[in-house]
Amino acid sequence: MAERKLRVLVGKPGLDGHDRGAKVVARAFRDAGFEVIYTGLHQTPEQIVSAAIQEDVDCVGLSILSGAHNTLLPRVCQLFREKKADDIIVFGGGVIPPDDIPGLKAAGVKEVFTPGTSTEDIVAWVRQNVATH
Amino acid sequence: MGLAERILQGDVRAASRLMRDIDDGFSSAIPELKALYPHTGNGYVIGITGPPGAGKSTLVDQVTAAYRQRGKRVGVVAIDPTSPFTGGAILGDRIRMNRHADDEGVFIRSLATRGHLGGLSRSTLDVVNVMDAMAMDVIIVETVGVGQDEVDIVQMAHTTVVVMVPGLGDDIQAIKAGILEIGDVFVVNKADRAEADRTVRELAVMLEMNRLADEDWHPKVMKTEASRGVGIEELVGEMESHREFLYASGRIKHFLEEKQARIFVELLRERLFQEVFRPITVNGRFREIVDGLVTRSVDPYSAVEALLAERFTPKR
Repeated sequence: MAERKLRVLVGKPGLDGHDRGAKVVARAFRDAGFEVIYTGLHQTPEQIVSAAIQEDVDCVGLSILSGAHNTLLPRVCQLFREKKADDIIVFGGGVIPPDDIPGLKAAGVKEVFTPGTSTEDIVAWVRQNVATH
Repeated sequence: MGLAERILQGDVRAASRLMRDIDDGFSSAIPELKALYPHTGNGYVIGITGPPGAGKSTLVDQVTAAYRQRGKRVGVVAIDPTSPFTGGAILGDRIRMNRHADDEGVFIRSLATRGHLGGLSRSTLDVVNVMDAMAMDVIIVETVGVGQDEVDIVQMAHTTVVVMVPGLGDDIQAIKAGILEIGDVFVVNKADRAEADRTVRELAVMLEMNRLADEDWHPKVMKTEASRGVGIEELVGEMESHREFLYASGRIKHFLEEKQARIFVELLRERLFQEVFRPITVNGRFREIVDGLVTRSVDPYSAVEALLAERFTPKR
């Protein structure tokens, strides 16, 4: 019988130019058997949301190292709500101070991964928390 | 309201959901595709193919921009390979096309091959049909990076563009078979490279050896630098010339007949196979047959004949 294949978008909103981490995570998702839409650097929240909708992904993983996470991540969540697409789960990763995490979660970010998290943990989290829709 | 109805009203989410259902092989997609079918057949389908790294995605981005300037709505289907080991895939063609992401006149969908050979995914044709029903004027299909005989695209696209780059090998590669026989337009991209003119010449020589009658379409070799947008207008002009040729020469009739016949045969093949195969996987018969084959108590030819006879001979 037909089965859903999990689709995830990995992208980098904002201005920082370091995508090594995002690529490592994308590769780990691929090895976990997911289809990964990789959109690369310097994305606006609008571009990310529109790409996620066109690609019908189950979740969006965003890497931010610029310090702009408190602006960019809530904006992505807000746009998903405006487009009635907030069933798409948003999670983030990067250099994000622990103090900022509760606020991000309140804004709709489902999880935040900080430096030192293993790719296995991220994959396991996605398997547990993201249902294909 | 069903997905098809929502799509016809311009609902983007419904369209991307139906594409997912198609890709995942959900039978619920079939009635929606039936409902959309009368609204298809209007889009101009362009295939872009060529080896990995030739610049296909960048070229698609530029051609998309050129058609947007002409006021056309553009759909893009970009295909990347599935890992045969994990079933996962990284679909990275959008990286080159991000500037169109929030343009409502552009819809881009990435597909993974999911084990299908030939340069496309099994779902490509149906996804193109959905874009057609979304009233996309132009639908660009970018194949996976192909080598020599992944030529399925030619049966789907009105115009097939083969993208090459300088320095991929000597001219004997080009005369073997395959992608040099399918192009309606040839592009030597990265034309700022030193060997570009030689590659153009070699391609032109190969193409001259094709035995073409005067009334046939004669493919040209174009030069582009997709990353800088050089040569794009000329390329689009040449694609449009080919499209006009299809209609002016009446070749379009032959193209559509072959395409529709093939679609029907493929669908019949798939449905027949499922019709026969699915029951025996459920009732244990398949297992029995395999066991018989392993112990050599039966040969595969007789096993298939027996199964077909049972399935299709009316019982008295």
